[in-house]
Amino acid sequence: MSNVAIQLKDVSKAFNGKKVLEKISFDVHAGEVLGLLGRSGTGKSVTLKLIVGLIGSDEGEIFIDEENIQQLERQELMRVRAKIGFLFQNAALFDSISLGKNLEFPLRRAGKSKSEIAEIVRTRLEEVGLEQDANKMPADLSGGMRKRAGLARALVLDPPIILVDEPSSGLDRITAGEIYELLGKLKQQKKTLIVVTHDAMGVRPIADRMCLIDQGKVLVCGPPEELEKDSNDLVRSLVTGGCT
Amino acid sequence: MTKALETIGDCALFGYRILREAARPPYELRELARQIVEIGSRSVPLIVSCGLALGIVMSVHTRESMVRFGAASMIPAVLTIAFFRELGPLVTGLLVAGRVGAGIGAELAGMRVTEQIDALETMAVDSFKYLVVTRVAACMIALPILTLMMDFSGLAGGMAAEMVVSNTSPRLYIYRSFGSMDWSDYLPTTFKTIVFGLVIGMISCFLGYNAKNGAAGVGKASTRSVVMSSLTLILINILLVKLTLFFFPGRAS
Repeated sequence: MSNVAIQLKDVSKAFNGKKVLEKISFDVHAGEVLGLLGRSGTGKSVTLKLIVGLIGSDEGEIFIDEENIQQLERQELMRVRAKIGFLFQNAALFDSISLGKNLEFPLRRAGKSKSEIAEIVRTRLEEVGLEQDANKMPADLSGGMRKRAGLARALVLDPPIILVDEPSSGLDRITAGEIYELLGKLKQQKKTLIVVTHDAMGVRPIADRMCLIDQGKVLVCGPPEELEKDSNDLVRSLVTGGCT
Repeated sequence: MTKALETIGDCALFGYRILREAARPPYELRELARQIVEIGSRSVPLIVSCGLALGIVMSVHTRESMVRFGAASMIPAVLTIAFFRELGPLVTGLLVAGRVGAGIGAELAGMRVTEQIDALETMAVDSFKYLVVTRVAACMIALPILTLMMDFSGLAGGMAAEMVVSNTSPRLYIYRSFGSMDWSDYLPTTFKTIVFGLVIGMISCFLGYNAKNGAAGVGKASTRSVVMSSLTLILINILLVKLTLFFFPGRAS
């Protein structure tokens, strides 16, 4: 794990004068799984959106594969985004087209042939256990199915970096476990993952490191087993998912 | 007041961005074609039926007065001038603002609040070009075509009414309709609907693309799209009529 895939240096972001992130810095190595934990409203999802360039930071630098995305022209940013798959909290499937078409869309944009598209869509849907549901509309899918569908869509172009926003929110324990199992398979494929979650216990088995964000600042980063022994009660509480 | 001015300024900048992005490749022709079908073809039944009904009603209303002045033979010309110069473009604009403006506003707002627009961006798709430029261009292309459909359906409605009431032959009706018209009656008024298309597309996309506040924001964007684009269309029509008369003074006589 020598290559740094994602690096944030002193990144700050405020909305309407309210600071959401304050000089946060961390890096993620290629093939590493980073769990980004924190309480609601601490800026975890904002961090993901900053990394993919959906919003710009007020201060600091963000590097993807050593390219500072804030200095890139829009076309260049699009090229960098092609390296990233993003699973949104609510999956953000295009609700006017079927699940299969949702997966076809990025492939068609990437100029793949019809036979390639059909093959990739079939494979990705099989991987997430939705091969029978290609013709269903997103509105007809359950919460867990939507998450799996969103993950399949994020993976169709085989990006090396996957950003995952709250994979277990709104799901029962078993369904959430299935999603983490799928993320675990991505780890085996040496994908670089950042998983934003409240669910420390869910992400713990797959996370190489965890970073804890509180009040817009990174409290601590490290392997889960080290953080469990941290002297800070809040850190221990967040990592173990319990109360102090 | 300050907020209203800010919104107008933001909308103008949005319009400038549309024009700038429209000139730059890639052109998203596939999505443009889909939007022309969505905005144009699907509006045809509404436009044609409204045109026919308006033509019949206008004929019935006009006949009474024209007969009183012994000018019944002028009915086709009056109806055609009314439709081609003003009624057709304006009514088409308002109908499209209602049907399409609400649709665009609600669709884009829905996509914004459910993060579908963000999802497009993360797939390295320029959401502005893909969603906004194509819809505005489709409105600008569809409006003149729909306007011509409205004009000719109005003409057909009027002709049908006249055939029933006065046994006028279709050939005579058409001869009387176009006998007193020239190209300056058709072209400027039809082409002004390109501006109507720009107004409807731009305002609806602006309100939808920048929607906030969840489901309430979607409803608000949809309603405001219709109200704002209809109002702007009516106001801008005054300016366009004045400009048309300035450049084609013969039409005023």
